[in-house]
Amino acid sequence: MLTRINGLVLRYLYLYRRSLARAGEIFFWPIMDLLVWGFVSTYINQENNVALFLLGSVIFWDVLYRSQQAITLSISEDIWVKNILNVFVSPVSIFELMVATCIMGIIKAVITAVVLGSLAFLLYAFNIVSIGILLLPFLISLLLFGWALGMVTMALILRFGKSAEALVWGIPFLIQPFSAVFYPVEVLPNWLQIVAYTMPSTYVFEGMREVLSNGEWLNLKILMIAFLLNILYLVTGAIFFGWMFSQVREKGYLTRLGME
Amino acid sequence: MPDQIIEIEKLTKNFGAITAVNELGFSVARGETVGLLGPNGAGKTTTIQMLLGLTKPTSGDIRFFNLNLQDSRRKILQRINFASAYISLPSNLTVYENLNVFGKLYGIPTPRRKIGDLLDLLEIPQVINQVTGALSSGQLTRLNLCKAFLNDPEILLLDEPTASLDPDIAEKVRLTLQNVQQEHGVTMLYTSHNMREVELMCDRVIFLSRGNIVAEGTPQEIVDNCQSESLEEVFISLARNGELKDFSELE
Ligand SMILES: Nc1ncnc2c1ncn2[C@@H]1O[C@H](COP(=O)(O)OP(=O)(O)O)[C@@H](O)[C@H]1O
Ligand SMILES: [Mg+2]
Repeated sequence: MLTRINGLVLRYLYLYRRSLARAGEIFFWPIMDLLVWGFVSTYINQENNVALFLLGSVIFWDVLYRSQQAITLSISEDIWVKNILNVFVSPVSIFELMVATCIMGIIKAVITAVVLGSLAFLLYAFNIVSIGILLLPFLISLLLFGWALGMVTMALILRFGKSAEALVWGIPFLIQPFSAVFYPVEVLPNWLQIVAYTMPSTYVFEGMREVLSNGEWLNLKILMIAFLLNILYLVTGAIFFGWMFSQVREKGYLTRLGME
Repeated sequence: MPDQIIEIEKLTKNFGAITAVNELGFSVARGETVGLLGPNGAGKTTTIQMLLGLTKPTSGDIRFFNLNLQDSRRKILQRINFASAYISLPSNLTVYENLNVFGKLYGIPTPRRKIGDLLDLLEIPQVINQVTGALSSGQLTRLNLCKAFLNDPEILLLDEPTASLDPDIAEKVRLTLQNVQQEHGVTMLYTSHNMREVELMCDRVIFLSRGNIVAEGTPQEIVDNCQSESLEEVFISLARNGELKDFSELE
């Protein structure tokens, strides 16, 4: 099983070594985001910590985004190049495929966090490490939610084919407005606040702002809620994926995705 | 009765109102090369996809090596392989990288040596470090076959492996395939539109039309029974009429 997972991860890594454009995708877009928001925050440059929050938000958001993308892009790439059936007729299980893409999620998220964290420090003197020990559970929480979103996205792509491909990039932006990424939950109308609190990412972004403004953030209960929600979403995502996949086999869509 | 390593019983697939495969039943003995023929839409691809567990049958049974596909899919996949002109290995990886990845997926103990041997066998040793996208279509077909031979499969399922190749390249690929087949005794089930290729390669052919078997036998038997000159002629009349008029029952 480890050899097979290793094989899949290797396949995804080879791609990045071969394709500059793909490697650029890990670095280029996140850095662009950081630049735009960094300068926006420099411009705002208020007394309070809004500028800092924005930078933290950009970095955190990208961790979530890359984690989701790792799953969807890894599998979509194999659909685009018509390699997916080669993978599915090998003795790889869906579970192994998921683990391999989740490992890609970790790799991408770590690279994103390190690159953006360093740049933010160099360019804007924003030290993400000042969040302290909580940084770790925050990032892990985002990574997990990214996996769950990735599984749902991937299930939809397998089921609905090329017409659903826009979801690869679209799904995260569906949750962005309600997840208190760039602004506190309070600015949302009441009913949307309820929606916001169903998403683990909301707790992380709120927590990050709180830590940055108070220097510490001790409400571990809220962190627990985020993790419980993550587990809930991961289980739901996996079940949804399994269900969609069985429909795909039922309707013979793999042939269409893989051969046409 | 020889060792039947593929057994299919009453295999049916409905896509909504369309019956793509209708109560199909046949078996393949170890070492046999069987051609699955028929006009477009006859149900060949659907059958192969069901054999690979990619499409779920509406009803019926599939057994490889006396193992039920539904219960032992991964065990079976470890011992068989698949190639088709309609799928390909990632074009932005090198030939070695691609085969190395699949070597790992199949758990090959010494991939580097295996890859070298296979590239030699398929007569493309020079491409090992080339980017897959730079290969000619003939080389790509051979590379697909290399991937398909990585796990020393006992059974090879091929869905139009030589489609879209120039006739002379298709001929060369066929010769290589035949060579490998004779050397390793691989059992093959494959679909093709190239009737000459089928005549030369297959011990037995199964003609499908609208999901049903309409003729089965050695290429010669079918030609004789249909009072035709060649498989090509049988194929054309089948494609035009949807059935074989002159076909009298054949075991
Ligand atoms: N996923 C699918 N959904 C609906 N109909 C399908 C699907 N796949 C194949 N079919 C239909 O099933 C029939 C058999 O197709 P196929 O197995 O591809 O034939 P062949 O490979 O012999 O050309 C055709 O009528 C085709 O349109
Ligand atoms: Mg076909």
